[in-house]
Amino acid sequence: MKDAFGIPQSLLVLGGTSEIGLATARRLITRRTRTVWLAGRPSPGLESAAAGLRELGADVRTVDFDALDPDAHEAALGKVFAEGDIDMVLLAFGVLGDQSHDENEPGAAVRVAQTNYTGAVSAGLVCARALQTQGHGSLVVLSSVAGERARRANFIYGSSKAGLDAFTQGLGDALYGTGVHVMVVRPGFVRSRMTEGLAEAPLATTPEAVATAIETGLRRRSETVWVPGALRVVMSALRHVPRGVFRRLPL
Amino acid sequence: MSTDTVSVTGWGRTAPTAARLVRPRSYDEAVAAVRDCGARGGIARGLGRAYGDAAQNAGGAVFDMTGLDDIHAIDVDGGTVLCGAGVSLHRLMEVLLPLGWFVPVTPGTRYVTVGGAIGADIHGKNHHVSGSFARHVLSFELLTADGRIRMVDRGTPLFDATAGGMGLTGVILTATVRLQPVETSLMSVDTERATDLDDLMARLTATDHRYRYSVAWIDLLARGASMGRSVLTRGDHAPLEALDGRTRALRAPLEFRPGRLPGAPSFVPEGLLGRTTVGLFNELWYRKAPRARVGELQRMSTFFHPLDGVPHWNRVYGRGGFVQYQFAVGYGQEETLRRIVHRISQRRCPSFLAVLKRFGEGDPGWLSFPMPGWTLALDIPANLPGLGGFLDELDAEVAAADGRVYLAKDSRLRPELLTAMYPRLAEFRALREELDPRSVFTSDLSRRLGL
Repeated sequence: MKDAFGIPQSLLVLGGTSEIGLATARRLITRRTRTVWLAGRPSPGLESAAAGLRELGADVRTVDFDALDPDAHEAALGKVFAEGDIDMVLLAFGVLGDQSHDENEPGAAVRVAQTNYTGAVSAGLVCARALQTQGHGSLVVLSSVAGERARRANFIYGSSKAGLDAFTQGLGDALYGTGVHVMVVRPGFVRSRMTEGLAEAPLATTPEAVATAIETGLRRRSETVWVPGALRVVMSALRHVPRGVFRRLPL
Repeated sequence: MSTDTVSVTGWGRTAPTAARLVRPRSYDEAVAAVRDCGARGGIARGLGRAYGDAAQNAGGAVFDMTGLDDIHAIDVDGGTVLCGAGVSLHRLMEVLLPLGWFVPVTPGTRYVTVGGAIGADIHGKNHHVSGSFARHVLSFELLTADGRIRMVDRGTPLFDATAGGMGLTGVILTATVRLQPVETSLMSVDTERATDLDDLMARLTATDHRYRYSVAWIDLLARGASMGRSVLTRGDHAPLEALDGRTRALRAPLEFRPGRLPGAPSFVPEGLLGRTTVGLFNELWYRKAPRARVGELQRMSTFFHPLDGVPHWNRVYGRGGFVQYQFAVGYGQEETLRRIVHRISQRRCPSFLAVLKRFGEGDPGWLSFPMPGWTLALDIPANLPGLGGFLDELDAEVAAADGRVYLAKDSRLRPELLTAMYPRLAEFRALREELDPRSVFTSDLSRRLGL
């Protein structure tokens, strides 16, 4: 069960090698979290992530999960929930893709969309139903500022996050009053493997900062969390910039 | 029997979960409710004054017992009452006071049910003299997981497991309670101020035994030399002769007339109760108390239940809710108490109405909270940053001093500390395993702490 501050005792991370996912798990383990499920494609990376969390004193298990194989989600995630209540699900998987390459390679672009959006729709719905049956729990979804307004520089990734973001908001409304808390997290540029070698955007942040913001959001039962918080203001201004101007901004 | 799926929280309004609310109005309906509660079990709930998650059951059933509120029999000569578990102490006072009887133990609110009073084995300002509520219960009827209704007498293991057992042994249906005779419905109250914590503890230790009821309000925001400054209010039921000259009171010495103010609004901005506001309140509260006053006549509601005059006062903490922290440490552990009070005042936790009192002898309930020693209760807005970690550190000090925190108020204890705090937990678990192997009776509290 979650405690009065929204800290879960059991956590399921979808995308078990995600740096933000693991930073969040580490942070929550220092609080109350004792059981962690890491869901991801079987790999040495997943195993070493699990081993790292075990060293912090948590009971960590892994489960085979592939965002691109939605037909298997029901069975894989059902297995996790059958073992006991999950107080928090962190949907942390996603790929950035390579915009310039993917524009000329529709197949690759579709894979970005399928991972970030379609895969999340299926996994999100499976988890939402299980949480609803439990009558409690948080579903925390990692969206992105990129989904707030499509930019020339990464609109494939951005559009997939826009879909995910809209889906999560709607799911949150659908689950309102069921005891399940749905939270959208919109980080800006996060310094991680995913963005290695890319030019850093203003207000860049770290996986640890995102983890801290998630903990605060859990305590406040927030529905939307921006990381860093200043992005809320920046994005609400950018949202209203006329398209002709927006297109020419050096973003 | 009505059924609804609703979002449920404790009085502190943290950690809401959804449950089917079932409201049985008869024994048969109660048996049916337990039988049909489903895979996630059920838990009895009264008026929802437990601060934490003791009367929540995510995804399962919550039995609202306030429908079983008959007062079956009153023995006016012997001083006992047989009533349904859903009867509130407020109702009992309304009925019993004109007959010259009072409830044996009351917490800081009248709006608790008799069933809840047994389940949490509540205590009041008279614990150092009278013990906890269950000590005055002669027997109760308990609906257990097998659907049977058992008569449980005091002195039996099932009685001691249920007293303070947080509803996890079954659903209490009725109880027979021994009452306290009174001559009037007024209290004779002595008030004095203590300048700091040592002064307070010395005064309490030296003179507490002279009073039936005793409590100290303590200003936890005061620092330095005035750390622990407080206002002691102690007293007893006023005898008839104390009303001399008060003709109106003499005409109806046993009248019960609690005052009531407008309730708190449903929306309160976050952070209303910060350090500044609570600091101002505390300053005022301390200053307005007389340095020493003897034999003041007060209404019962003013003395026992000041907050009951403000319906929904829990809303003043805003949407984030609040956490109530109450712990006890034994005599001889005064150093621990001092250290904790010091840490709270250093940290500037905005807590108003923090209360310190002395407990008397421990109670037989296996998970009963009171133990001979000191107890401090305070409430803090849940959105105070870093509060979780801070309270964890206090828990560690309490556990190291063989003390404990109160489960009826808890919403955040680490499960690992539970066995240290409640040494008879193993017996409780064993009895529960035998009586209810499928864990029909389950609450968010029992899931969170693995009770």
